[in-house]
Amino acid sequence: MEDREVILDIQDLRTRFATNEGLVHAVNGISYQLHAGETLGIVGESGCGKSVSMLSVMRLLQVPPAKILADAIKFKGEDLMLIPRSEMRRVRGNEIAMIFQDPMTSLNPVLTVGFQIKEPLKLHMGLSDEDATERAAELLTLVEIPDAELRLNDYPHQFSGGMRQRAMVAIALACNPTLLIADEPTTALDVTIQAQLVDLVKQLQHELGMALIWITHDLGVVAGLAERVIVMYAGFVVEDALVDDLYGNPRHPYTAALLRSLPRMDGRSGEVLEVIEGLPPDLLDEPVGCPFAPRCSFVKDKCREQNPLLEEFAPQHNVACWIDINTGEFK
Amino acid sequence: MREEKALVRVENLVKYFPITRGIVFQKQVGAVRAVDNISFEIREGETLGLVGESGCGKSTTGRAVLQLHKPTSGSVYYDDVDLVSADGGTMRDLRRDIQIIFQDPYASLNPRMTVGHIIEEPLEVHSIGTKKERRERVKELLALVNMNPYFINRYPHEFSGGQRQRIGVARALALQPKFIVCDEPISALDVSVQAQVVNLLEELQDKLGLTYLFIAHDLSMVRHISDRIAVMYLGKLVELTSRDELYSNTQHPYTKALISAVPVPDPVMERERERIILRGHVPSPANPPSGCRFHTRCSIVEDICKREEPKWREIKDDHWVACHLV
Repeated sequence: MEDREVILDIQDLRTRFATNEGLVHAVNGISYQLHAGETLGIVGESGCGKSVSMLSVMRLLQVPPAKILADAIKFKGEDLMLIPRSEMRRVRGNEIAMIFQDPMTSLNPVLTVGFQIKEPLKLHMGLSDEDATERAAELLTLVEIPDAELRLNDYPHQFSGGMRQRAMVAIALACNPTLLIADEPTTALDVTIQAQLVDLVKQLQHELGMALIWITHDLGVVAGLAERVIVMYAGFVVEDALVDDLYGNPRHPYTAALLRSLPRMDGRSGEVLEVIEGLPPDLLDEPVGCPFAPRCSFVKDKCREQNPLLEEFAPQHNVACWIDINTGEFK
Repeated sequence: MREEKALVRVENLVKYFPITRGIVFQKQVGAVRAVDNISFEIREGETLGLVGESGCGKSTTGRAVLQLHKPTSGSVYYDDVDLVSADGGTMRDLRRDIQIIFQDPYASLNPRMTVGHIIEEPLEVHSIGTKKERRERVKELLALVNMNPYFINRYPHEFSGGQRQRIGVARALALQPKFIVCDEPISALDVSVQAQVVNLLEELQDKLGLTYLFIAHDLSMVRHISDRIAVMYLGKLVELTSRDELYSNTQHPYTKALISAVPVPDPVMERERERIILRGHVPSPANPPSGCRFHTRCSIVEDICKREEPKWREIKDDHWVACHLV
């Protein structure tokens, strides 16, 4: 098994939102561990809870309407659920950093890029303005922005989309985080720019040795990046496996169907794509049974009544399903 | 090679958007060269994929073909009629034949209109049938896009993204068009829903003999649906050929980089394959580079590329490229 130290241990995280229409069950009890230096991909469609689960860990959700429940969220042994909100600032942006989806809205348009990179340096590391400027220029150089010293004085609108996302990476890396969470950082970018950013993050992770959680809906990006992948559906983790096992031997009907619904760049083409009929469940409903049951081709009566727990199918390969998808029968 | 009739023929199409300065006394100070002299044809019954990065002019091309943007110059022939010089009456009649499906199913349906009204509107505009007949036709159309005709009185907000896109498809089909521009119809949809819409579009093409111009930035889906693919960069076409030829015999360095940048959902292949990572970003179409527009990012650039614009030429049967070095 893993001999690296566990840095993040999420135990039974549940996140709810109180809305006018009722309670939204965004995250419904997820548990997993992340090891130092590990690259974890979290994959799922919109509304599956992949971003909300991370925002819950970071406590970046407004409470209320959000309600975050968990047995424990341990980061380097410290339970983040127990520390006060003000204390969370010590961790956030320092030990755990985050990059968001839209680089235009996550940078402050009225502050220079330099100011925004220097902010965490001064706040968490107590650097003087001079030292912070120097370090900020180093960071911009690290993310491969040319003429870094001059560009520190630029405002975000003077940067292209790809450069803004690089600047976000520079801010995130400012305090040498132990864990970097990237929430769909390439969704707003073009494929060639996406390839640049993925490459950059991979290389930086290799150099700096931080752990990385990469949230995406793109199964392609994760294939080239992650060591381990978690598949989420309707607020549940349905499969958790090493990347080769997940793509080579998917055990959950949702994962398998999702992989088959993608057109392939290699070879085969012109055939009808496999479709997952129906829609994800309405999160306003109290989850009963397996969340994928209404769309599953293997569904049995038991699936509609009891939700399967995430169980080990093979070493480091956990699946939440009653059925063995190779035989279509109960395990 | 199959010799089919060209349904749509685009010749030297140009679309510039003026950049103006001043509020009261506006003065043109430049132009965004969104589409800069491109020519291609779309054959009857085929799907032509048009791919490129954002800002390359692919959507503008689609709209200029339909005359939703009046082209700056050039011609668009539909069935041998030039749409650019056609008068209002002719154009109005032709609009029955040419339709569009928009990218964002949230923005392209009027939230205050019922689904029935949305789909009926084109029929109403062209005064087709009585109110009762139109209503029947709307129900047929809903059934055609695999939706329950019972939804006719609902509003768009009651539907998911995939369902809304079906409504957009039903509206486009209302006048029994022959040619549809699909402007990134699946980009806003979730992965598991994309396949539903793509399969629907393919099924309708078989059933109704439609011709598509399929605009997208997602190369893997374009490869799946297209017969031929055109690649655009900064207002210019750089390569156009059949789907299989484009992937097996890629000629233009930009096409190579674009194909290589698309992540493959297979970890083993991802580890093994060589990737071409383009440096820099797309230059501004208001001030494009001299010569070949790709020369600033090209890995095999030579002097001639900076001086002269490469010609759009057919290097072999039905394989068009604009590059000095192939």
